[in-house]
Amino acid sequence: MDIVDKAKETDRTEEQWLKGLRKTVDRVLPIPHYQESYGAIGITQAEDIKSLSDFQRLPLTTKEDLRRNYPFGLFAEPMENIVRLHASSGTTGKPTVVGYTSQDISLWAKIVANELRRIGVTRKDVVQVAYGYGLFTGGMGLHYGCEELGAIVVPISGGNTARQLMLMRDFGTTVLACTPSYALYLAESLEESGISRDELKLKIGVFGAEPWTEGMREQIEARLGIKAYDIYGLSEIMGPGVALECPAQNGLHIDEHFYPEILDGEGNPLAVGEQGELVITSLEKQGFPVLRYRTKDLTTLHYGKCSCGQVGWTMDRVSARVDDMLIIRGVNVFPSQVEEAILSSGGFEPHYLLVVYRAGNLDQLEVQVEVNETSFSDEVRELEDRQQRLHQRIEEILGISVRIRLVEPKSIPRSEGKAIRVIDKRNKEG
Amino acid sequence: MLQLSIFLENAKGRLAEVISLLAELKVNLRALSLADTKDYGVLRVIVDDPVVTAEKLRERKVVVSLTPVWVLMVPDRTGGLAEILNQLVQQDVVFEYMYAFVEMEHKQAQVVLRVQNKAIMEKAVQTLNLPVK
Repeated sequence: MDIVDKAKETDRTEEQWLKGLRKTVDRVLPIPHYQESYGAIGITQAEDIKSLSDFQRLPLTTKEDLRRNYPFGLFAEPMENIVRLHASSGTTGKPTVVGYTSQDISLWAKIVANELRRIGVTRKDVVQVAYGYGLFTGGMGLHYGCEELGAIVVPISGGNTARQLMLMRDFGTTVLACTPSYALYLAESLEESGISRDELKLKIGVFGAEPWTEGMREQIEARLGIKAYDIYGLSEIMGPGVALECPAQNGLHIDEHFYPEILDGEGNPLAVGEQGELVITSLEKQGFPVLRYRTKDLTTLHYGKCSCGQVGWTMDRVSARVDDMLIIRGVNVFPSQVEEAILSSGGFEPHYLLVVYRAGNLDQLEVQVEVNETSFSDEVRELEDRQQRLHQRIEEILGISVRIRLVEPKSIPRSEGKAIRVIDKRNKEG
Repeated sequence: MLQLSIFLENAKGRLAEVISLLAELKVNLRALSLADTKDYGVLRVIVDDPVVTAEKLRERKVVVSLTPVWVLMVPDRTGGLAEILNQLVQQDVVFEYMYAFVEMEHKQAQVVLRVQNKAIMEKAVQTLNLPVK
């Protein structure tokens, strides 16, 4: 029986997890970076890891480690065994590069196929992959997973919204995969396109690659008339498919080829149910095995049996990325918190932009939201009340006072990939 | 009478843009008032065919709503407006806002009036037999 398909019902013991973890330790020990840092704490062979607490003594791997070993320094296989490279965009420095063996590629495809099957995708489905194709793992990760499953893939990639909608209708697309912000933009464009919802066969959305809120899911589900599932992944671990929800939509099932941990800000392990940074170890990867990788994603882990029948780790939706955190007057602010406030206070479009600037010596946060036909009132007082309600809601959630600026519809730029939510002018102004 | 209420972002040239758009759509502005706040404005205009104009504006991505207002004819003389307003107050009409313009031809002032309660205003207009549009 295939390694991916087997034993979904079985619980794993510590010893079973350790077996997988040791395999990865074994695989990375010949790499100088790991040899050095593990040697420093007396770990020279996989057998030195006798328990999960031994495992948790291993130093964490960070994005900086990947950059320091750019491009191929952390690969565990000779280059002739590598069949594909992916890389992060490198907007904040050198890109991080990952390599896959052909077995890695096929494992990835099986993992994604298995997860898609769980949310009801079958061979009969037409999957429009509107994630970017290229060095970014989103497009190709979904693509190979769909082919493995036997579904029909439409590798349209991101952008060209009018064409997306036309092909969605003409090809009878049933599953859409893209970022949640792009899904929302497609929904908005559909309303104006002259194509009616009845002409589409769309029923399932697989959305990820950026943090989003439950309120945003409700919006997308209502506007597109689909079930929207949250998919999680990052290139350093594999790509999309590290975790995906099930029909219960109550947490993302982490695939059994990954071992998750949650750590606090200082790197100490947190108990199941507590929120912290997600750290992941791959168990079967060959080309680029990764040990205790800090994802910089904030979430909560759970272990147990889901109502869908599956036993294992689940994670809550990623509420925020550590890197997205803004510090405004000493308070930590995540764009997703503002999204939650906008959607829960109602009456405004779920398109927003945070502009951070300095006025005098104080940080100021301006939240731009779009007025729509329903939120616009002729009475200035009414409009001001609405603005005030949003102001209060944000203050309740963030704990700081912000400036709300109402802007005209469609004036906030739409994204065809990952949405830009923040403009920070503080550094430029010095 | 239906008034067009248009949301205007507080951006340089935005008012001129919308007014130009109305010109382009061949809409004649009968009366106009601009309520402004720090961040945005609400442009209120009386036009000949508000429903059609609103539709055209929406097509051009302008946020617009149709608001019921009353246009009162007021004699263009001292105390003319005060008289009418006092009468309306006595009939329990509560005003939200108003703006006025003078029509030279008929030597009459016209006052656009937005009230809190439409039914009360309707009754008052009837009782007082006011000249309204």
